[in-house]
Amino acid sequence: MKTQELIGALVADHAPSRFRFAQIFASSLAAAGLVAALLFVAFIGVRPDIGAAVHEPRFLAKFAVTLTLLATAGGLLRRLAAPGVEAGAWRFAPLLALAALGVAVALELVAAPAESWDARLVGHNAAICLMAIPLIAAGPLAILLFALRRGAPSRPALAGAVAGLVAGALAASFYAAHCTDDSPLFVAVWYSLAVGFVALAGSALGARLLRW
Amino acid sequence: MLMRAAIAGDTGAYERLLLSLTPALRGIARRNCARLGLDVGEAEDVVQETLLAIHLKRDTWDMARPIGPWIMTIARNKLVDARRRRGAKAALPIDDAFDLAAPEAADDGIDRQDIDRMLGELGERPRELVRFLSIEGHSVKEAAERYRMSEGAVRVALHRAIRSLAALYRRGGR
Repeated sequence: MKTQELIGALVADHAPSRFRFAQIFASSLAAAGLVAALLFVAFIGVRPDIGAAVHEPRFLAKFAVTLTLLATAGGLLRRLAAPGVEAGAWRFAPLLALAALGVAVALELVAAPAESWDARLVGHNAAICLMAIPLIAAGPLAILLFALRRGAPSRPALAGAVAGLVAGALAASFYAAHCTDDSPLFVAVWYSLAVGFVALAGSALGARLLRW
Repeated sequence: MLMRAAIAGDTGAYERLLLSLTPALRGIARRNCARLGLDVGEAEDVVQETLLAIHLKRDTWDMARPIGPWIMTIARNKLVDARRRRGAKAALPIDDAFDLAAPEAADDGIDRQDIDRMLGELGERPRELVRFLSIEGHSVKEAAERYRMSEGAVRVALHRAIRSLAALYRRGGR
């Protein structure tokens, strides 16, 4: 079969397109958020003292970090998902979340007495944190990878990893409303481990599922 | 722009787009295959694989952006895939100047007929259908009559066959 004939087959297969990928991607982000919210409400829910916690700077700092990661990783993922768009400076945008975390940790080290550092870092919920974040993230990660299969990422493993960051950040944002360990030291260790694990899983899955 | 019209459903525009793109893609593929130490026959495979990808991924083009970089990224990816498959070690950068001055019009029949072998792997019915529609140039309606299928079923079978072809290419096909 000659190239000309292949073109004939492709033209015969052409139909006016139903969904542009951009719409699919946007819907998948919304669906991922919804699923994460449902899993959160069904399994862990908000902490009982949420009313008092919202006035606590350490509690709010958790969201500053996770939501920054969510926004930056989401923006980067959009640029990795399809050809013809340069990631450019967005490639480094998720580092902003790391910077925010660094600032929070530095402030904590200044504010809290050194004797309390260990206790703050270890916290009470490390094991739950390590389980809950990946569990909540699994559904959103599946949805994002499914959407990315409709896209055309030039670097499948990287796109998968960033999808993992988005799913992990989404899960961590919800989990932060449940967890009573508010120290940035706790967040720096356990949240990072949990989100990092989701990103690794996303990278492994992306390398397999996102080739085209 | 042809792609815009094609997305809106203009089949003629889609055909003109693919036909006019092919010589430029062929120029790029030949130049790079030569530089990367790949067989020239490989180039036509890369062209066909690129066309398949453009077709299957056309929904990913962001209509607010120029289409050139989108096409070039796909072409580059397919060259990288070809190089990886053939185990070429040299990590030469791919020259992706969209060189419209050096298009290659003819395919000279030097493709290795990979696509024929891959059509062969499709199974008899899809293969026959693809041949009937593309090589013999019949319409979907004629195919529906000939194979006693609904037009919808013909379209589904054709689309599935094209996706299988792309998957066979991806796995290296040989």
